[in-house]
Amino acid sequence: MTFEQFIFYLLATIATVAGLMMISVKNPVKAALWLVLAFISTAGIWIMAQAEFLGLVLILVYVGAVMVLFLFVVMMLDINMAILKEGFTKYLPLGAMAAIAIFALMYMVLGPEHFGLEVTGNPVIQPADYSNTVALAVPLYTQHAYAFVLAAVLLLLGIVAAIALTLRRRSTTEVLYQDIDKQNKTLAVDRFRMVKMEAVVEKDIVTKEEDDK
Amino acid sequence: MIALSDYLIFGAVLFMISMAGIFLNRKNVIVLLMAIELLLLAVNTNLVAFSHYLNDVTGQIFVFFILTVAAAEAAIGLAIIVLVFRNRKSINVDDLGSLKG
Repeated sequence: MTFEQFIFYLLATIATVAGLMMISVKNPVKAALWLVLAFISTAGIWIMAQAEFLGLVLILVYVGAVMVLFLFVVMMLDINMAILKEGFTKYLPLGAMAAIAIFALMYMVLGPEHFGLEVTGNPVIQPADYSNTVALAVPLYTQHAYAFVLAAVLLLLGIVAAIALTLRRRSTTEVLYQDIDKQNKTLAVDRFRMVKMEAVVEKDIVTKEEDDK
Repeated sequence: MIALSDYLIFGAVLFMISMAGIFLNRKNVIVLLMAIELLLLAVNTNLVAFSHYLNDVTGQIFVFFILTVAAAEAAIGLAIIVLVFRNRKSINVDDLGSLKG
């Protein structure tokens, strides 16, 4: 076993164990943290497959943003832990059977007899000055520019949908809202009143000023 | 040298685990969403491995777009979960049967 293989199998084992822990722990916060571990070790495997940019993006975007979002939501919701794992043992035989069946089918197709080294040959090892980011960026901004713009629109849609879904109007006794329509329609006469007053000189002030002199 | 089948089997194992997770976690929608994230990760691993072996960067561009879609999906999914919890005070999948689907 070469050093490269050792690192690969180590990362794969860590990711597998983390995935198993994620689906079996009770506490959703712990599940999120196990998923973070699975993401990080998978990012290592992607970097071993010479996809450096995507490996780093997986850590930055997934671990840094998406999983933090998950943790925020888990901590915002007041979840009853006791009932969360009810039915776990009830569904375990069915779940394990389906999972093993899927894996067996996949192994038959993806196993070493079809995709082993003897069949596929060795992959191209890129030279040290090869930049995966440049190799990814050039087709992304030329060939796939339209899809790239669509992805940006999709993210905008995600922002708008998330805000629109969670926005709620509370009663005006709780919070005060700014009504811009109403503000714009206001006329000067509604909020400004001229009052006629008699001109009265306040005696004490005048005498006080004279005293100062 | 790591064979292509090693990457693919690793992806299959992750896929299997997350599919079992969807079966088992019937009480917690958040863990279901996490299992879906792991499912997408397994698929992305396959695409990255094929991109490496075919020396074609298009597979990695596809992974890039899948990551975008997954991020948007997670944001909207979590917003829906917050909304459901606010209205029903529970995220138990069995309590969410009012559509009778």
